[in-house]
Amino acid sequence: MGAKSFNVKSSIQRFRETRDIGGILEKFGILSAYVVLVIVATILSPRFLTSLNLLNVARQISIFGILAIGQTFVILTGGIDLSVGSVLALVVVLVGGVLPEYGIFAAILVGLAIGTLMGIINGLGITLGNIQPFIMTLGMLGIARGIAYIYTGGMPIPVLNKSFLFIGNGYVLGVPVPAIIFIALVIIAALILRYTVFGRYVYAIGSNAEAARLSGINVDLNKTFVYALCGLTAGIAGILYASQLAVAPPIAGEGYELDAIAAVVVGGASMFGGEGGMFGTFLGALIIGSLSNILNLTGVSPFVQRLAKGLLIIGAVMIKARGRKN
Amino acid sequence: MDSIPLLEMRGITKHFPGVLALNNVNFQIMPGEVHALVGENGAGKSTLMKILGGAYKADSGEIYHMGERIHLSNPKDAIDKGINVVHQELVLAPHLSSGENILLGLYPLKNNLTIDWKKLYRQAKEIVQALGVEIDVRKPVRDLSIAQQQIIEIARALQRKSNLLVLDEPSAVLGKHDIENLYSVIRRLKSQGISVVFISHRLEEIFIIADRVTVLKDGNVVATRETKELDTTSLFQMMIGHQLSKVYQRTERKFGKTILKVENLSRHGAFNNISLELHEGEILGISGLVGSGRTEVARALAGADTPDSGTIYVNGQRVHFTSPRHALTFGISLLPEDRKTQGLFLNRNLGENISISSLKDYVRLFYMNLIKERKAILKLIKELDIRATGPAQLAANLSGGNKQKAIIARWLGAKSRVLIFDEPTRGIDVGAKVEIYRLMDQLANKGVAIIMISSELPEIMGMSDNILVMWRGQVAGYFTREEATEEKVLECALLGANQNGRQIV
Repeated sequence: MGAKSFNVKSSIQRFRETRDIGGILEKFGILSAYVVLVIVATILSPRFLTSLNLLNVARQISIFGILAIGQTFVILTGGIDLSVGSVLALVVVLVGGVLPEYGIFAAILVGLAIGTLMGIINGLGITLGNIQPFIMTLGMLGIARGIAYIYTGGMPIPVLNKSFLFIGNGYVLGVPVPAIIFIALVIIAALILRYTVFGRYVYAIGSNAEAARLSGINVDLNKTFVYALCGLTAGIAGILYASQLAVAPPIAGEGYELDAIAAVVVGGASMFGGEGGMFGTFLGALIIGSLSNILNLTGVSPFVQRLAKGLLIIGAVMIKARGRKN
Repeated sequence: MDSIPLLEMRGITKHFPGVLALNNVNFQIMPGEVHALVGENGAGKSTLMKILGGAYKADSGEIYHMGERIHLSNPKDAIDKGINVVHQELVLAPHLSSGENILLGLYPLKNNLTIDWKKLYRQAKEIVQALGVEIDVRKPVRDLSIAQQQIIEIARALQRKSNLLVLDEPSAVLGKHDIENLYSVIRRLKSQGISVVFISHRLEEIFIIADRVTVLKDGNVVATRETKELDTTSLFQMMIGHQLSKVYQRTERKFGKTILKVENLSRHGAFNNISLELHEGEILGISGLVGSGRTEVARALAGADTPDSGTIYVNGQRVHFTSPRHALTFGISLLPEDRKTQGLFLNRNLGENISISSLKDYVRLFYMNLIKERKAILKLIKELDIRATGPAQLAANLSGGNKQKAIIARWLGAKSRVLIFDEPTRGIDVGAKVEIYRLMDQLANKGVAIIMISSELPEIMGMSDNILVMWRGQVAGYFTREEATEEKVLECALLGANQNGRQIV
């Protein structure tokens, strides 16, 4: 009798556990959250699950998604890069300025180099200068944006080069070029994290920097490299931005750093470092993009969209915190 | 002396996982008495005082206050009874002035609204002066010396109507002059009828300041005596008084060639003129008190800190380490005392924790051969008998012994030839300790050279081929296994006496 009632009780408990939405999300991860979102979105608007719309979402998320790739590396080391939106703007205006006179390859090269350079400066400030990542990149947020304004005098530069515009607006086999670049970069970044010594060091440094140092890892060098990489992704995103919008304004990418950080956090990474991954970030970007998209399709006002995005970030982190407590 | 003790602890027993920390301990404190509590590290002194301070709860036993039974379930209960504990790590707010720290939570108010700063500083000044010390109460605490900070902490405790003050190793971090000051403060408290319990490793000071002394050993009270009945030697014997048990694994070994030689190594404020020699297959034990510079020497040898002067030779080659990474290329690695904060990547898995220092071995062109890595990890897990569900188990979920083994595995994977253990068995239960000892013995037999820093004398005596004793940043003695006795080692560690040991090099 006693044993029987115990069994009943435990099966009720088990039933409750499986009904626990937080538990399910924790177990099957961020992927299930995305599936739920897709199902809900499809019910709300039949237009959501059309290839045209999905490709549209892919193109929309590619720019901040690429920023999120670099941001993932930084957050995995336990740092943060607030400057990516501004660095993107600096790249945008320099690309816009270089393009008419020196052509497409020079423009791309300058874009990538400037992004990387700004990242290296961030990295050196943080490692050699011993400045906290939040402060260093907050400073860079102002500096890069300031240079962008000084360079343009505040006026947007028009982008007219036809072949350059293809990068942001073209299609290959029906897929938008920015989306192809984004997905390719996600795959490369995921491979770097999993298969290279550098990738392991990134996790180790984020998990415990002092233990990493005592384990023979050159922490400063690897951290600097991580910020350089993040700057490089800002460079790539900047080139896509200038191309997609056919204009190079100094206000480009304002607030993008927050979208990028949001994607990483929704993707399950820990802000303390050492936990998270590229697949999570990819889904995080996809969820944020899909949410905006479905709210657009159903005619919800942009003001409410902002609110929804805020709730999404807090919700994602809460679910994760709950999972950890259990 | 009054017949009713101020405080009495009866039959206190406390278990920690795998350890009996206190076994039926009786401890009495009389009013106005200065009572010293001594014993080796791990003897149970701090645990006993944490129970008295309400930070821990005893498994069984009773506490009486002026003959009346009391229950202390948290630090506030203890403070309400006038029991105040000053911990070794001071807990002050560094940015606030010392006056604010003393009166924290008891600020005098003006019109019940704003803080009356004038009154606050006047009160604080009176309190400090009553202790017979001069400290600028307006100065932020971070600008004070450690000794002054300690006085502030004591002053703060006294604000809470203390009748018992517990000082956990108050003199460990103080210079000679400051210690004199501390003694006079203790005497002053005593004259005001306040009882003081202090934990100490400095045997000489027990005779200067204490009325009675209680010796703890392995969680048992050896004895409580009046200090005037004792001398240093008899106190020694009470502290040691036991046999080496069978937990220490040792097989006969032969030394190989000299692998590490250190000459006159110094780092300002940490250690001075350290010389030593280490052979393949040797276990060199480094004994000494906490703060004697043991850990600092270990860190310098492993490249974690840079020494100011002196030379290190590895296999006869002169080296100057700039980083742990650099030391590792010469096969020297450190197993830090605090494995959680300095050793392990707790939120990564066991496998990653093991392979992190040898990843380059698995690189093929740009990427790592994960299958080869996994094979190497599995081999090490098997070799060291690491108990885990597999390489994927989270490091945070390993037991203390397996955590230590994971770090040993990391260094074996990196082909280290010199392992520097800092407190290899701290926080590890008895069963796992034996395994760690056996492992160290096996490694030494394979020609690995081991430096073992330990606060536990039996561990030093049981495992070492040679013993180096440090005292206040210097080498106080060096003994071969045959020469060493617990008395000699302890004497060197406590008093810095050098007559029994012989200097090497």
